[in-house]
Amino acid sequence: MAKITVDGRTFEVDDSDNLLEALLGLGEDLPYFCWHPEMGSLGSCRQCAVVQYMDENDERGRVVMSCMTPVTDGAILSVQGEKASDFRESNIENLMLNHPHDCPVCEEGGECHLQDMTVMSGHKDRQYKYQKTTFNNQDLGPFIGHEMNRCITCYRCVRFYGDYSGGDDLAAFGSRGRVFFGRTEDGVLENEFAGNLVEVCPTGVFTDKTLSAHYTRKWDLQSAPAVCTGCSLGCNITVSERYGEVRRVHNRYNSEVNGYFLCDRGRFGAGYVNSDDRIPYCGIRDANGVYEATSAEDILSHLKTLLSDAKSVVGIGSPRSSLEANFALQTLVGEDNFYSGLSAVEAEIASLQLQVLNSDLKTPSLAEVEDCDAVLILGEDTTNHAPRLALSIRQAVRNEAKDLAKEARIPLWQDAAVRKLAQDAKSPLFVLTSSADRLDGIGTGIRLSSEDIALAGINIANGIDGTAEDDADIQSIVEALTNASKPLIVTGSSSACPEIVKAAVNIATALSKRNAETGLLICTDEANTLAAARLSEKPFPTTGADVAIVLENDLSLRVAGATLDDWLAQVTSLVVIDSLDNSISSRSSLVLPAATFAEAEGTYINNEGRAQRSFGAFKPKGDIAPAWDWLLRICHDQNLLTGVEQFDDLLGSIASANEDLAGAVDAAPNAAFRVHGQKISRMTHRSSGRTAIVADVSLHEPKQPEDNNSALTYSMEGTNQDSPGGMKAYTWSPGWNSNQSISKYQNEISGSAGEGTRGVKLFVDSSSQLAALETSPGGNSSAVSVVPNWHIFGSDELTNRCEAIHSLAPSPYALLNSATASKLGVKAGDALKLAAGEAPSLAVMLDDSIAEGCVICPVLEETRAYLHLPTAGDGLLVKDESWTPPADAENIISSDRSS
Amino acid sequence: MIGALISQIRTLWTVLQHTFTPADTVEYPAKPGWFGVTKNSTKVGPYLAPRYRGRIVLTRDPDGVERCVACNLCAVVCPADCIALQKTEDENGRWYPEFFRINFSRCIMCGFCEEACPTYSIQLTPDFEMCEYDRQNLVYEKDNLLIDGPGKYPDYSFYRISGMAIGGKGKGEAENEAPPADVRSLLP
Amino acid sequence: MPDEVFIYVIVFGTLLGTLTFAAVLVWFERRLLGLWQDRLGPNRVGPFGIGLALADILKLLTKEDWIPPFADRIVFIFAPTAVLIAMFMGFTVIPWAPGVQIVDLNIGLLFFLGMTSLAVYSVLLGGLASHNKYSLLGALRAGAQMVSYEVFMGLSLMGVVMLAGSFSLVDIVNAQQDLWFVVSQPLGFFVFLIAGIAESHRLPFDLPEAEHELVAGFHTEYSGMKFGMFMLGEYLGVILISSIMATVFFGGWLGPDFLPPFFWLAIKIFTLICFFVLLRAAIPRPRFDQLMSLGWKIMLPLTLANLLVTGGIVLLTGYQP
Repeated sequence: MAKITVDGRTFEVDDSDNLLEALLGLGEDLPYFCWHPEMGSLGSCRQCAVVQYMDENDERGRVVMSCMTPVTDGAILSVQGEKASDFRESNIENLMLNHPHDCPVCEEGGECHLQDMTVMSGHKDRQYKYQKTTFNNQDLGPFIGHEMNRCITCYRCVRFYGDYSGGDDLAAFGSRGRVFFGRTEDGVLENEFAGNLVEVCPTGVFTDKTLSAHYTRKWDLQSAPAVCTGCSLGCNITVSERYGEVRRVHNRYNSEVNGYFLCDRGRFGAGYVNSDDRIPYCGIRDANGVYEATSAEDILSHLKTLLSDAKSVVGIGSPRSSLEANFALQTLVGEDNFYSGLSAVEAEIASLQLQVLNSDLKTPSLAEVEDCDAVLILGEDTTNHAPRLALSIRQAVRNEAKDLAKEARIPLWQDAAVRKLAQDAKSPLFVLTSSADRLDGIGTGIRLSSEDIALAGINIANGIDGTAEDDADIQSIVEALTNASKPLIVTGSSSACPEIVKAAVNIATALSKRNAETGLLICTDEANTLAAARLSEKPFPTTGADVAIVLENDLSLRVAGATLDDWLAQVTSLVVIDSLDNSISSRSSLVLPAATFAEAEGTYINNEGRAQRSFGAFKPKGDIAPAWDWLLRICHDQNLLTGVEQFDDLLGSIASANEDLAGAVDAAPNAAFRVHGQKISRMTHRSSGRTAIVADVSLHEPKQPEDNNSALTYSMEGTNQDSPGGMKAYTWSPGWNSNQSISKYQNEISGSAGEGTRGVKLFVDSSSQLAALETSPGGNSSAVSVVPNWHIFGSDELTNRCEAIHSLAPSPYALLNSATASKLGVKAGDALKLAAGEAPSLAVMLDDSIAEGCVICPVLEETRAYLHLPTAGDGLLVKDESWTPPADAENIISSDRSS
Repeated sequence: MIGALISQIRTLWTVLQHTFTPADTVEYPAKPGWFGVTKNSTKVGPYLAPRYRGRIVLTRDPDGVERCVACNLCAVVCPADCIALQKTEDENGRWYPEFFRINFSRCIMCGFCEEACPTYSIQLTPDFEMCEYDRQNLVYEKDNLLIDGPGKYPDYSFYRISGMAIGGKGKGEAENEAPPADVRSLLP
Repeated sequence: MPDEVFIYVIVFGTLLGTLTFAAVLVWFERRLLGLWQDRLGPNRVGPFGIGLALADILKLLTKEDWIPPFADRIVFIFAPTAVLIAMFMGFTVIPWAPGVQIVDLNIGLLFFLGMTSLAVYSVLLGGLASHNKYSLLGALRAGAQMVSYEVFMGLSLMGVVMLAGSFSLVDIVNAQQDLWFVVSQPLGFFVFLIAGIAESHRLPFDLPEAEHELVAGFHTEYSGMKFGMFMLGEYLGVILISSIMATVFFGGWLGPDFLPPFFWLAIKIFTLICFFVLLRAAIPRPRFDQLMSLGWKIMLPLTLANLLVTGGIVLLTGYQP
């Protein structure tokens, strides 16, 4: 700690910070552009000037850039000093020389860091009379808009895109007054985290195109703190609504999970909420198979008779529905008749994961991943399956650089210096996958088939236990892991191979005997896989029933065609609760419209066992209701869960029924929570148009809906300012309209964002030691095996319904090397069929970097269920003789931008 | 003290003098004002200055295109919250409102919207005779608001100054703009 | 006419006359304010809007008479009646014309002062009984203001009493046959004028009911005729103060013979009321602390000086009325 004096007041601050961090942490209003809490300092914008005095007698002082000046004990500073404020004012005038007269037509307007800082610096009148520099814009794909004129050359974009997230197709061009940030030519930004440019850019150069399509100013958005359902990591997001539509998703800071950044699937994938495929009302299928819309009362009474007449009832849960909905369904049908609704493979991996979570093995959070100094990835395509994890692994690899910097006594916030010093020095990273991985560039990529990955894993585990290994690769992996102070094993279900996961568990078990800091992270397919798997070990019923209730689950993604058809034939009445029309809801006899994550509250358990509460941004239209609410009403009709009326009650019954899930109650403040006696407002205090929005229908303004299930309000009533960081519906502070205002409520810069923000880690009472698991890898090594290939855009069921995401989804393909191709008797331009012809045709593409014997297939709606079948063996794949290649065969893998 | 007293007495005297000045009140619509405007040589109402704050209109720029860029500033400044609109874009990237609604049954004619408008699109006019028997008729949509002229500011065109490229105006063609930079040149 | 009947005529004449005049005054004041502020004032009901007086009374009588549940009921109801009683009592000593007077008390002036002092109770009690912070603040201000100005209101009249040698208003009028006391007691008149405005809490000294700060001050919670009584009390106060001023300083009914004595008095009262309205039209309200310091630091010393000088002169000259 160090004592500094700022404008006559003395404070204690952390001496490892720079002055800017310290001053912002003290709540000073100090303008800045190029510094970013996560990316450190560069000193390129010159905006954060303060006056530093030599000692008490120094009257003049000197202007220093606070972001480039370390905190020193006894420093005497002035933020308000005339010298510094004049400097800042003239500096921003210079930065604004070429800034266009665009604010009214700029998507950033109203939440623009440049606007805020200009006002804060006091610059009002433009004195420069000469011409403004202009640039031609580029088309950067369906997500990001580009308006280069607005640039103030702070270099944040390239630092994030290149240095932080490892992209290489965005760079600075030109010189002098012509510095341009863009690609060499028009095209989709390749990096999976490009969407963060929208938030990183302090002005409107990079804007959100999906927001712009139905643009709403930040002050008009009704938002709620939510949890992303795009993958198993549970990143925190703010989901925002206007006129009954989801308008955008922004990052919500959580120091333990996603920090400041999101992946593009999470950011741009929420559009499905507004999709035309939404099930808008309750429906009953009549004798002719025609759906008829009915009221909620009718369908509930219909269901009541149906359930009381039924001899057998089964309930199929969902890995993407909330814990509450799954629990309510379990209560409704009884524990024995409840199935998790996972695929067999997913269920096996999830149960392994539950074993790990209940053991003494350490499961790190994303923030802890960034501290790991050796990473081994086993058969997990992090970038596409759990994207935000890949970004954290990229930071973990920099730990070597940070160590070097510490040795050289360079503070870590000196970003450029740390990177220069380190050059290519990286912490070890090993990526064992079947096809090229985005992380190959920063580590060692090893291409093996799934079986061989599992085998290699076993060998590594043995190697750690002391058995000598001949293989040089394995030897180096063992060395790296054993030498590391915080080794991390990452695996998951992206290869749909439980043997790999078992091998990874064994490595972690072996390693944790030597190093208690060993982390093991298993990534599952869906946001709430763990909740579903925790409530039932049985994935799918083998026999039919009179009534089957399917909760938010497109079973065709998890159960392959024929098996599913057989089962459906044995079900008399199929009841589906879902939000989007899918292949199961279209075959049901009763449909109940469910709310999406953007309209409902729910608890999600992410892959590290962290329970997080998500809140809806708006009340859904008509009869649409949260799935848990539907199930609760059905339960009440059956005299179950009586006395449970609201969300908190339901959560309470979960806690009393399941001791290990009791922590979920504390994941967020409950509905009775108040700040200064007030609820927390979802709308900003400047929300506009209240008396005009529905005036075309009726002049009588309806009462704002009430929210009895959470501490938030569907209006501007209530407070935002003093609410806990994680419960804030939007990020705002006086004078700070942009997302940069989060520094105003963090405990310290990049510290926790206040109480109730980080979720609650479940399964923490884990003293049991995990014994080495039985593994049985191998099988027929000469046979061809199918490896599922996840795509950040297109593999996820829901986000794929978004137009922008779908435009980047691949068509079905089969990627294999030429040796495998000749074994199967196909060549490029041919097609293969999975599962002996049942699944769709896959266009054959050759890539010799693929491990021999592997056929890489994309995980898509039409292929996903087949990829979870046993994936090795002869005769799995047959050539499609009737195949004619599509016209744009070149662009089959449009989202595989790495190629 | 004495000065203050004299000042008060002067005030009284000044006010007293107003006994003999005519009232400024115009008894509209009962009697035409003595400076009433005429239509067909009958006095119909008081003279209202162009800056009078009456019925709100949306204007067009000198090229005859909608001036409104749907920036939402009028909506946010509106103390009665009676303006709602939604931005959309034409094929050339020009922003305009998809719908624009003013609920005149709530409007207080404060003119903040006009003051906030960065494009001179929204303007208040000297027309206040807009009573309706059905309140619902006081909800004006864009069709009812948009007029065919530029209103009080005949020459202003926002897009001639803004840096955005729109149909008919490329990068670097706005006022005081240099042609687009050649970013591939490293020449100083 | 027998004396018993005559006294009833005077009593009811005074009662009805002042009451009617107060009601008309509401309209008249607004028209006058309109005139001076270049507006029209109320002109919708009847010729020149004169019907407004009646309309106002009807409105007040038919409005919901609401007693807040949190108020102290008995005091709440008593307060507005007190002001009316006090004001009417004040009128009993005014000599309208020679011999036309309800009662010629030999302590008439003191009786008047006593009655106006009672009015403060009404305001204080009304504010207290309302159990409302604005009412309470208004009542506090009214209490402080009236008690302060009471002091030199009475003292300012003592010069006149010395010169007239009597507290009887008839005697005081008669003492002005040669010279109005406004000439011989200009300072006394000035102080009494200011104190009178403050006493009737009229603008610019209406701080107890300053709408910008206190909603409506002590009568925030009052509605219907109870509010009407407060309002009537205020206008009666204006008439009363004007009457006393006309009587004490402007020679009362005295005047040239071509008009009957009562008319002279009426003209004087009317002119003074117009002056009250002019003050309202022209002068802004001071801050409360300014009001207080004006009273204690300027008015009180002035009054005492006036008393001293008058007394000195009377002593030295051996003046006998």
